Amino acid sequence: MWIINFLLSSIGRKIIMSLTGLFLCLFLVIHLLGNLQLLVDDGGEAFNSYAYIMTHNPLIKFISIANYFFIGLHAVVGILLYFVNRNAKGSSYAVKTKDNASIASKNMALLGSLILAFLFIHMGDFWLKMKMAKWYPDADWLPLAQSEALGHEVIDLYVRVTTAFDNIWLVLAYLIGQLILSFHLWHGFASAFQTLGLRHKKYTPLISGLGKAFAILIPLGFAIIPIFHYLNILF
Amino acid sequence: MKLNLKIWRQKGPDSTGGFETYMVEADEHMSFLEMLDVLNEQLIHEKKEPVAFEHDCREGICGTCNMVIDGRPHGPQQGTTTCQLHMRAYKDGDTITIEPIRAKSFPIIKDLAVDRSSFDRIIQAGGYISVNTGQAPDANAIPIEKDQSSRAFDAATCIGCGACVAACPNGSAMLFTAAKISHLALLPQGKVEHTKRTSKMVAQMDKEGFGMCSNVEACEVECPKEISTDNIARMNRSFLGSIFGSEG
Ligand code: HEM
Ligand code: SF4
Ligand code: FES
Repeated sequence: MWIINFLLSSIGRKIIMSLTGLFLCLFLVIHLLGNLQLLVDDGGEAFNSYAYIMTHNPLIKFISIANYFFIGLHAVVGILLYFVNRNAKGSSYAVKTKDNASIASKNMALLGSLILAFLFIHMGDFWLKMKMAKWYPDADWLPLAQSEALGHEVIDLYVRVTTAFDNIWLVLAYLIGQLILSFHLWHGFASAFQTLGLRHKKYTPLISGLGKAFAILIPLGFAIIPIFHYLNILF
Repeated sequence: MKLNLKIWRQKGPDSTGGFETYMVEADEHMSFLEMLDVLNEQLIHEKKEPVAFEHDCREGICGTCNMVIDGRPHGPQQGTTTCQLHMRAYKDGDTITIEPIRAKSFPIIKDLAVDRSSFDRIIQAGGYISVNTGQAPDANAIPIEKDQSSRAFDAATCIGCGACVAACPNGSAMLFTAAKISHLALLPQGKVEHTKRTSKMVAQMDKEGFGMCSNVEACEVECPKEISTDNIARMNRSFLGSIFGSEG
């Protein structure tokens, strides 16, 4: 069938990478906006209410399922492309040059796999523990808190996050994760537009600039939260 | 000047190759290929097998002379084929490592010579326009805007040398294929069969086992004709158009 042929063609596979990649970029923005509420100095009220809404609204649930699917697709196709491409290259040169391409662009699969490892740890730490609350209502690692905005008790994810970030090693791991994400986006953001054929001397410089800004600002936004928290307990 | 050469020697497609070291006395006015000629004469005098490498025009227009010099296709000079690279780019006592292009779809024939007929098959799949033979038509019968003809001409300067494939960590032939699609697509005569041509040439490129473009853009840096990756974006647009475009 034409659609299967398209999705299996070289350009088709790259289109999958670019569309899922751009969707994930959008997801990062939404995720960051939510996380920034951790900085609100209200003992977690804003963040906990937000986390409750995010896990209980049917539309958001639907989007989050789509999100898992796209991350999975992006990772599986990305790793597949890596092996197909490596096989197409065959062997490498005795003399390696650094003069013709950026480091990020040549290491997208490595950076992506590290992001994947980060995601597993991240999900295990926050998401899984929150989900497990259903089965272990009395567990002490998941206290409840009263949400003023919603008028009932919600899981106190805020405490979960802040206690995690009391640990300097977790803070460091988180910061390294953001650095890796930054490199992936440094090449990925603009690359996705090129893959889609969206290139023109009028707007391509804008996309490249936007991509670099995105690659710095988004990971920086995520990084600010543990840094701010850790400095808070130090001083 | 005295040079140390480390050259990849391989008897045939299926033999295992390896590097051999040679000393050669060259002149700074020689081209890189002339320096290899000197080495080969030396080897013939010593009753040894000369190094096989491809060359034809020696003026930068045929594309056969591509080899990987110190990790870079066609050597270190921007926008220059191996035959146009001159020994003044090197100095006395330099060591130069010379390897064949490495890509699955360009199997080694012998030493530095590789089989690039996969490129020919991509062209055969659609890199032409269908016209009746007969008298040459009047050159200016169809007016073409200058910017458009310049873009077509820039794409048409691709000499099919395979430096793009050689430079690509994915062994992708997208710069070559995109240049060959573009130089026709940009002109009225080529527009006629445009979408069919794109899908056929891309299909052949995939069939030959070339890799997929990760937009690393090393190809653009190493291309002796400085073909722009703009062409790859055009090919992708055209490919999407061939699938999702309206039927007219
Ligand atoms: C939040 C997470 C992520 C975001 C926002 C993201 C974004 C992107 C974007 C925009 C691209 C460019 C697509 C293109 O060149 O057309 C890309 C490429 C890539 N991504 Fe991700 N990505 C993420 C996670 C991952 C993960 C978990 C993997 C797992 C292995 C991965 C592997 C790759 C690979 C291998 C490529 C290069 C594909 C190629 O050009 O050949 N990414 N990513
Ligand atoms: S695009 Fe450039 S590097 Fe590739 S075959 Fe054509 S001339 Fe050679
Ligand atoms: S020999 Fe023809 S381009 Fe170099």
